[in-house]
Amino acid sequence: MTQATFTDSHPLDQIIRSDRMPHIWCPGCGIGIVMHCYAQAILEYSLPAEKHVVVSGIGCSGRVAGYMNIDSYHTTHGRAIPFALGIKLTKPELMVTVFSGDGDLAAIGGNHLIHAARRNVDIKVICVNNFNYGMTGGQVGPTTPKGAFGTTAPYGNPEQPFNLPYLLAAVGANFVSRWTAMHVRQVKEDILYSFSKPGFTFIEVLAPCPVGFGKSNDIEDGLEEMELYRQRSVLVCDGDVRAEGLVIDLREEKPIYVGRFIDRDLAVYMPVKLETVE
Amino acid sequence: MMPGRTVLTAKHFMNGDEACAEGALAAGCRFFAGYPITPSTEIAEHLARRLPEVNGVFIQMEDELASMAAILGASAAGSRSMTATSGPGLSLMMENIGLGVMLELPCVVVDVQRGSPSTGLPTMAGQADVMQARWGTHGDHEIAAYAPWSPQEMFDLTVLSFNVADRYRLPVLLMSDEVVGHMVEKVVIPPAEQIQYWERKRPTSPPGSRFDPFRADDEDLVPPIVHAGEGYRIHYTGLTHNEHGYPDMSAETHNRLVTRLVEKVRRNADQIIRTEGYYLDDARIVVVSFGCTARSARRAVREARQLNIPVGLLRLISLWPFPEHIVRDLAQRVDDFIVAEMNLGQMSREVERVARREVKGVHHAGGAMISPEPILEAIVESAKVYSA
Repeated sequence: MTQATFTDSHPLDQIIRSDRMPHIWCPGCGIGIVMHCYAQAILEYSLPAEKHVVVSGIGCSGRVAGYMNIDSYHTTHGRAIPFALGIKLTKPELMVTVFSGDGDLAAIGGNHLIHAARRNVDIKVICVNNFNYGMTGGQVGPTTPKGAFGTTAPYGNPEQPFNLPYLLAAVGANFVSRWTAMHVRQVKEDILYSFSKPGFTFIEVLAPCPVGFGKSNDIEDGLEEMELYRQRSVLVCDGDVRAEGLVIDLREEKPIYVGRFIDRDLAVYMPVKLETVE
Repeated sequence: MMPGRTVLTAKHFMNGDEACAEGALAAGCRFFAGYPITPSTEIAEHLARRLPEVNGVFIQMEDELASMAAILGASAAGSRSMTATSGPGLSLMMENIGLGVMLELPCVVVDVQRGSPSTGLPTMAGQADVMQARWGTHGDHEIAAYAPWSPQEMFDLTVLSFNVADRYRLPVLLMSDEVVGHMVEKVVIPPAEQIQYWERKRPTSPPGSRFDPFRADDEDLVPPIVHAGEGYRIHYTGLTHNEHGYPDMSAETHNRLVTRLVEKVRRNADQIIRTEGYYLDDARIVVVSFGCTARSARRAVREARQLNIPVGLLRLISLWPFPEHIVRDLAQRVDDFIVAEMNLGQMSREVERVARREVKGVHHAGGAMISPEPILEAIVESAKVYSA
């Protein structure tokens, strides 16, 4: 009979505030997986952890800032991006990542998301999209599929959702990809890649929220949603971000397009510098 | 192009908004994020030209929510940072002014007040954001706010605002008004070495050892500040946090934190408060005023003195924290208070609260400066009552 072994440490202990564990996330939640990918990418990237900064807004994904053992800022709802911009422009040598959720980044912070991408400011955004407001108990948000149920949409969501990669591609981000919480290697690789990519980068990660979204939409648990991702994910390699194909509806037998949609080198925002002439 | 000089030491003829911008540069401000709004726009325009000359960062943001968040981020990374706006923008900034209070991030917010509420009178003066400065962001807190009455003070008080912000780890508001912002007067910018610079309190222990970034061991209740990228791996959160900076959802920690944030300002109020008195020594009647209205009040008091009325002026250079002990002391020995302000009684209410008596208000909702005449009339009326 195999004996369970216990260990006092974990390879990510130096990057994660283990003194803050256990985390607040529900069983089956996908956020921890994405945080793990982020922590792993920091470990593997050439920059020391002291030069990484994470900024979050409000919501379940916003709690990531509190669990990362790097300089970390848990700010106001929707304002993580402009706060991060202030840090980045003051200390350009820092790697500034915004880790937050779809409601925080695309609803209340939507304007900042658009403008930061338009400027192509050198900030790395990791957006966990769980299709609802999880922390407040499963309300619909700007990414909730049309017709899906939420506590504030008891008759089904009457609104069209955002297609975030399409939006970010349109406004000027240098790098846009989408994966699911099942794609741990791809998520980690893309975070790592985004660190080396100048400009505004945006990685959307679809994640199960069994307690918030699943309960209203007949998705029994996190595993079932992960199974949906496994069955339906279709890798797109041609950079196609057309709205039609990228709209996600977990309740229908439609493909979920994932992959790197945008990888380009538009001019990165720099504050005005005056050249000194002798 | 040669890099510009940081401190434009000279006698200038400039408007209040420009003097504020030069005050910011002289104080070491190297980050400005803002959104255009009348009557503060000249500050942004001036800094858009000047900040690049001193290797600073100027950025025009998408709105005032972002502007306020950006200057907090810049402050968190160690820069002296500022934004400037007017009433409608100040309303949007309230959210992150609260974050600044909670995270104890120094910064300066300039409000060049105009007629309000709502869009109000964009090009005309007001002083009706006084209580918003004090209570605009939600929750118990204390704030520091200054009210310049001249372009010279736009310079001087901007410098002081940065110093108070850094010394006490606070957002500081510079509550100007359209009259002072657009008024053109002589502004003397002193030599750089004469400009005071109050350092941020910094940690004494190196990164790596256990460090509690929100432990305030000193009597002033101000914890040393750590900036992004210094190796301390600090956590800042707008949630209620313990001394280590970690969220702590307990009533006890919450009460301890909020009480310290409030006490931090109350305990240091004497170092933050600035007032100026005219003819107060033998005064039986005291006019209280601030900002552009204080200019009319001083004129009215001088004229009343020529009528042998024992009246003085208490000019509030700082609005918040309110100079309670000064007003309380005056209340012991004077017959009457008159409060002149371009709003319908916001500071009158505060004087009444502290003096524990009814005061006479010379009020106007804004749009034009209150002239000396109604203030003089109020003084004469008061003198009739108290000499009778």
